[in-house]
Amino acid sequence: MKPLQRVQEQFSADIIETHAFRGDETAIIRPSSLLAIAKFLKETPELDFNFLMDLTAVDYLFYAGGRIQKEFRFEVVYHFFSLKHNHRIRLKVPVDEKSPEVDTLCNLWASANWYEREVWDMYGIKFKGHPDLRRILMYEEFVGHALRKDYPVNKRQPLIGPQN
Amino acid sequence: MSFLSSPTNFFTSKLNDALGWARKFSIFQYPFVTACCGMEYMATNCSHYDQDRFGAGFPRFSPRQSDVLFVVGTISHKMAPVLKTVHDQMCDPKWVVAFGVCTCTGGFYDNYSTVMGIDTIIPVDIYIPGCPPRPENVLDGLMKLQDKIQKGEQSRTLYDPRTKIGRPAELAQGYTIEGHIKHIESVS
Ligand code: SF4
Repeated sequence: MKPLQRVQEQFSADIIETHAFRGDETAIIRPSSLLAIAKFLKETPELDFNFLMDLTAVDYLFYAGGRIQKEFRFEVVYHFFSLKHNHRIRLKVPVDEKSPEVDTLCNLWASANWYEREVWDMYGIKFKGHPDLRRILMYEEFVGHALRKDYPVNKRQPLIGPQN
Repeated sequence: MSFLSSPTNFFTSKLNDALGWARKFSIFQYPFVTACCGMEYMATNCSHYDQDRFGAGFPRFSPRQSDVLFVVGTISHKMAPVLKTVHDQMCDPKWVVAFGVCTCTGGFYDNYSTVMGIDTIIPVDIYIPGCPPRPENVLDGLMKLQDKIQKGEQSRTLYDPRTKIGRPAELAQGYTIEGHIKHIESVS
């Protein structure tokens, strides 16, 4: 049975949407169920997703030139891989603009720590329960979040030297 | 040093020449390598192109013991204070080489994170553009640097992006996509 089917059976109420374009199995889930689903993915023996390959976010402001309005501005995207079974799954969690916050996965996959710091740095999405949520790429003096679509493309915040 | 630079004294001017000659063939470089240009820098340093022919084969990894700062690779705003500190720590006389177009003008990076040319923070003596520059290009720059050292010249000025003063005219434009297309059309 495909991992996506397993998740769908187990958490049918928490899944907003699924698709599997060219075999890339994807589930868009409710934020409240993230921890439960992640734990299920990791700890079920026949799924055994022991590898968090990627964790990033998308900002849908001005999506498709502003023609498409999404209900929630951000989406946090997780890519999981099982080294044992050689299968993958992708989870997407919609995040609201007013309170951008999702649960941390640090306790399940240690690699989530730095990924989540990067997402905080670049998109300003907080991770509830993260042990050390600081900027990871930009300096502490940097104001704003550089990959948000409303960050001005020519805004510069040099530490030393002229504004260029 | 005032008696050394006195222009009326024949002997001391010859001494300056001798000092310049000695300095230009014993370049102790500090490689400040941050990005992809570092590979080309290593290629230039290895036996095929062999920078050591010019007396510049021995990198020192302490700024206090070096007299040429090779800035090799993209400098981000986060890195800029470190670069400035390293430059401040070097003893006079010192020279700076901007290696690669990222350090010369910022190159194609025009974004929130990249310094648009290290000459906005520290004075630059030799610009070696290219992404990355060919080793021949680097050696050419090195020989130009040797000329400068022989003459005892050092750059002391910074580039000001508002007035656009302080950078060679060929680089002052910086990278633009229109300029790039024009260049491609002109050479093909
Ligand atoms: S000039 Fe090109 S090769 Fe050199 S650091 Fe910049 S991007 Fe890399």
